[in-house]
Amino acid sequence: MQRQVALIKQSLFDQGYLDEQFMELEELQDDANPNFVEEVSALYFKDSARLINNIDQALERGSFDFNRLDNYMHQFKGSSTSIGASKVKTECTKFREYCRAGNAEGCLRTFHQLKKEHSTLRKKLEHYFQLARQAGPKETARRPK
Amino acid sequence: MMNPSHGRGLGSAGGSSSGRNQVGGGGETVVEMFPSGLRVLVVDDDPTCLMILERMLRTCLYEVTKCNRAELALSLLRKNKHGFDIVISDVHMPDMDGFKLLEHVGLEMDLPVIMMSADDSKSVVLKGVTHGAVDYLIKPVRMEALKNIWQHVVRKRRSEWSVPEHSGSIEETGDRQQQQHRGGNAAVSGGEDAVDDNSSSVNEGNNWRSNSRKRKDEDGEEQGDDKDEDASNLKKPRVVWSVELHQQFVAAVNQLGVEKAVPKKILELMNVPGLTRENVASHLQKYRIYLRRLGGVSQHQGNLNNSFMTGQDASFGPLSTLNGFDLQALAVTGQLPAQSLAQLQAAGLGRPTMVSKSGLPVSSIVDERSIFSFDNSKTRFGEGLGHHHGQQQPQQQQPQMNLLHGVPTGLQQQLPLGNRMSIQQQIAAVRAGHNVQNSGMLMQSLPRGPPPMLTSSQSSIRQPMLSNRIPERSGFSGRNNVPESSRVLPTGYTNHLTTQHSSSSLAYNNFQTELPVNSFPLASAPGLSAVPVRKTNSYQEEVNSSEAGFATPSYDMFTTRQNDWDLRSIGIAFDSHQDAESAAFSNSEAFSSSSMSRNNNTTVAATEHVRNHQQQPHPGMVQNHQVYADGNSGSVRVKSERVAADSAAMAFHEQYSNQEDLMSALLKQEGIAPVDGEFDFDAYSIDNIPV
Repeated sequence: MQRQVALIKQSLFDQGYLDEQFMELEELQDDANPNFVEEVSALYFKDSARLINNIDQALERGSFDFNRLDNYMHQFKGSSTSIGASKVKTECTKFREYCRAGNAEGCLRTFHQLKKEHSTLRKKLEHYFQLARQAGPKETARRPK
Repeated sequence: MMNPSHGRGLGSAGGSSSGRNQVGGGGETVVEMFPSGLRVLVVDDDPTCLMILERMLRTCLYEVTKCNRAELALSLLRKNKHGFDIVISDVHMPDMDGFKLLEHVGLEMDLPVIMMSADDSKSVVLKGVTHGAVDYLIKPVRMEALKNIWQHVVRKRRSEWSVPEHSGSIEETGDRQQQQHRGGNAAVSGGEDAVDDNSSSVNEGNNWRSNSRKRKDEDGEEQGDDKDEDASNLKKPRVVWSVELHQQFVAAVNQLGVEKAVPKKILELMNVPGLTRENVASHLQKYRIYLRRLGGVSQHQGNLNNSFMTGQDASFGPLSTLNGFDLQALAVTGQLPAQSLAQLQAAGLGRPTMVSKSGLPVSSIVDERSIFSFDNSKTRFGEGLGHHHGQQQPQQQQPQMNLLHGVPTGLQQQLPLGNRMSIQQQIAAVRAGHNVQNSGMLMQSLPRGPPPMLTSSQSSIRQPMLSNRIPERSGFSGRNNVPESSRVLPTGYTNHLTTQHSSSSLAYNNFQTELPVNSFPLASAPGLSAVPVRKTNSYQEEVNSSEAGFATPSYDMFTTRQNDWDLRSIGIAFDSHQDAESAAFSNSEAFSSSSMSRNNNTTVAATEHVRNHQQQPHPGMVQNHQVYADGNSGSVRVKSERVAADSAAMAFHEQYSNQEDLMSALLKQEGIAPVDGEFDFDAYSIDNIPV
């Protein structure tokens, strides 16, 4: 079981869903805070869902306020980076570039992609954490090989 | 002792509040407590980041407070001035721009602030630098980056100690000392006092580019001597806004009109060699912010503000009305103390203090009283100011002129001894009751008023600073006293200083550095006596004795410096007996001597010394002298001194003008040439001005 967990985690890294930052977070986890990473993840998804909503609404309005969008995205990028959500972060960067270029369509496309990545990551992480819990805290704290 | 080793202060700071283990994670010898227990305030609107940061910081064994809104963070900081050692803030926040927060913290609390952001573009990072951030972290923030943030606290403290004047690098601190020592006189570093003035604050420097050299020049003018030493050492050009320099600045600004003052013109008017437009610009920025803040405070007209703050008034700001108020304002600005003092003095003296604007006429006595009362308030303010000054510009050092801020300006003017006494007594009480004695003593000796007490307390503070006897900040009952430290020094810092300074001389030096920053401290020092208390447990006694004349000087010294600093100097000044410190104080004593005939020797030396130290803040000191003599911005002071118990006044003046001076005065006593060239104590009846 633990090995399975480790493998899953490793694959997440390999596939680029997560980066070293995630490892940093894991290192912060210890006996006193056994579920730290999971808690942070939960917080991230909750907060980012809110941001995604805001952006959605802004985009739906049709009036492309690039500044505003850029601001939202900046926040989004910040948290995604902090948690190590690599692919999401990439999309964020792309989105911001489109914003700066004033490319509305590019923004829309990218955002769509971003949402996809976001939700994929979420599922994967949820699955991962679930397994990790079952396997026992020790395993999760370990770094993937 | 405080060696320049930096960290000392920090250690204490960290330790004082948190009582951390000596070992300190940093492995710093000095910083025992460090870094564990470092109190960090994290501000970020992103909850994910906030949580992660908190966890990371906790892992580093820091004490963390989270905040997701800038306004909330500011109010937290304001409510608890010394409750934090360092602030980490995000750049992009919805309710307030991170840089704005940075500015506020720098001005009001003088805490080191680290900016962070996912944005790593050069322009933003540069902005962080120009706004005075001590560091800029790119998200995602890693543990390694956070582990070392304590260095900024230490660095800041060091620079505070060593008197911002000397910019040098942190390592320089040791050098600085040497440099300073070289000067031997208060002249340059006044505060530097051989002990250790770590000038390291390089980082802090916001615009310190110009380096202390300038300051030295400034001081040198007064002192007439070598400030060069520092100059030669200047490694990093750091402009130290000594009291004198600041006063010049304020005078120039007032001449041009606050609204219309532009750095270029100010620079021209000031005509200070070595000062660059950028230095002026950044200083002006700070000053403006300060004024704005004052504006909110009630009359910030400069009531007491040392002309510095009140730029508007340009010199001291109308004491008249504000006396009571000014004090507060001064306190707020930290600088005020000096000004207020000046004002008070002016008021008392009837001289048109520099401030003259408002027409100080406020009877000095009255002012003094108010000052005292303000002290508390002032100190609070001063604290804020002090910080703010401390952060940005140690230079601000509160125009020493009013250094008395803390010290009830009344000293100069005639401080109602009664007031002083009370404060001093407070300090004394805090100290260990030493002060009380002093106050009594001082009062006696100083006809004027409390100043003597203050000085003593101050000196004691100075010394104690080192010794930490008195719980610097906390110790003071009136807080007014201590506020100095709080004011100027970053909250935790001051404490440290005192504790650290136990070595006294070192502390002294440190103070000096701080002093410059603290120009305000004086203001808050109405209770300066209290301040001294902080530190100097040991000093108190000494101070007391020396206080006679010093009382005031110590005040100044302390206030100017940053509270801690002042204390130190004061303490030192007083302690001229103390030797170690006395050297520093000898200078100050020189001052005080005039005022305090009793202790003259010691105090005077101390004062002078202090003055010297205060060099930076010195400008105030010198100014004091000048003031006295010239009636420059500080004219009030001068007069007051003369008028009032010369000794007391002197001491007082000296105190605020240069906390360092006290030290130098003390030093002088020891044999160090009194700095007072500027002031001429002769005017005062002090008979033995060792100077």
